[in-house]
Amino acid sequence: MREKETKFSIPSKIEAIDEAVQKATGFASDAGFADDALFGIDMAVREALANAVKHGNKQDETKQVEITLVSLDEAMEVVIRDFGEGFDASQVPDPTNPENLLKASGRGILFMHNFVDKVEWKRHPQGGMVVKMTKNH
Amino acid sequence: MAELNIAERQAGDITILDMDGKVTIGEGSVALRNTIRRLLGEGKKKILLNLGGVGYIDSSGIGELVSSFTAVNKEDGTLKLLNLTQKIQDLLAITKLLTVFDVFENEGDALSSYN
Repeated sequence: MREKETKFSIPSKIEAIDEAVQKATGFASDAGFADDALFGIDMAVREALANAVKHGNKQDETKQVEITLVSLDEAMEVVIRDFGEGFDASQVPDPTNPENLLKASGRGILFMHNFVDKVEWKRHPQGGMVVKMTKNH
Repeated sequence: MAELNIAERQAGDITILDMDGKVTIGEGSVALRNTIRRLLGEGKKKILLNLGGVGYIDSSGIGELVSSFTAVNKEDGTLKLLNLTQKIQDLLAITKLLTVFDVFENEGDALSSYN
């Protein structure tokens, strides 16, 4: 059952990420998640927002990043949409492969998968990418 | 207050950076990058990052640690890590970077490892 839902958006700038992460963890705390889970939600949401701002909207401040937080009986969902060109998450190189270990970037998706229970990507029919992350109670 | 404060001290020819705060996308990562660049510019190539005061790091911060490591190596220097919190240690394990970095829990052991 959908118990609570909130939507907001941020401009595509790095400085806006912190406040959005705090909103998400505050929402998760209200939904009853404990400290360890809150840390994971914080990490995953920060990485997803960084992807949306940097790689999706390419820090174009005229483009927004939309965030939807949903509290369900058994889980919390975080849905983040950007308005960029989109990408195929399955084609992102594995940062733990020896040849990629010393690359400066490319670890965000690994962290997202590590800190929430489910990560799903899809292209929005009206453009941009949508990532839905689910953290179980 | 800055997201990341970096205090610098010398132990012989080794520069220890005591880091306090967050190493995340934006300010924290940039502060680390600028400090490493400046040290290399000054010819200081033996660097020990004391992460004991860093409670939070994201993938951008991890990327900055890697960039620092490769930048120092490129100048024939050595960058090592000291006092990782459990969370940072976990993140380095997830990313398999514990196999890349020399990590110490004790400053004396870290310093003598440079000789």
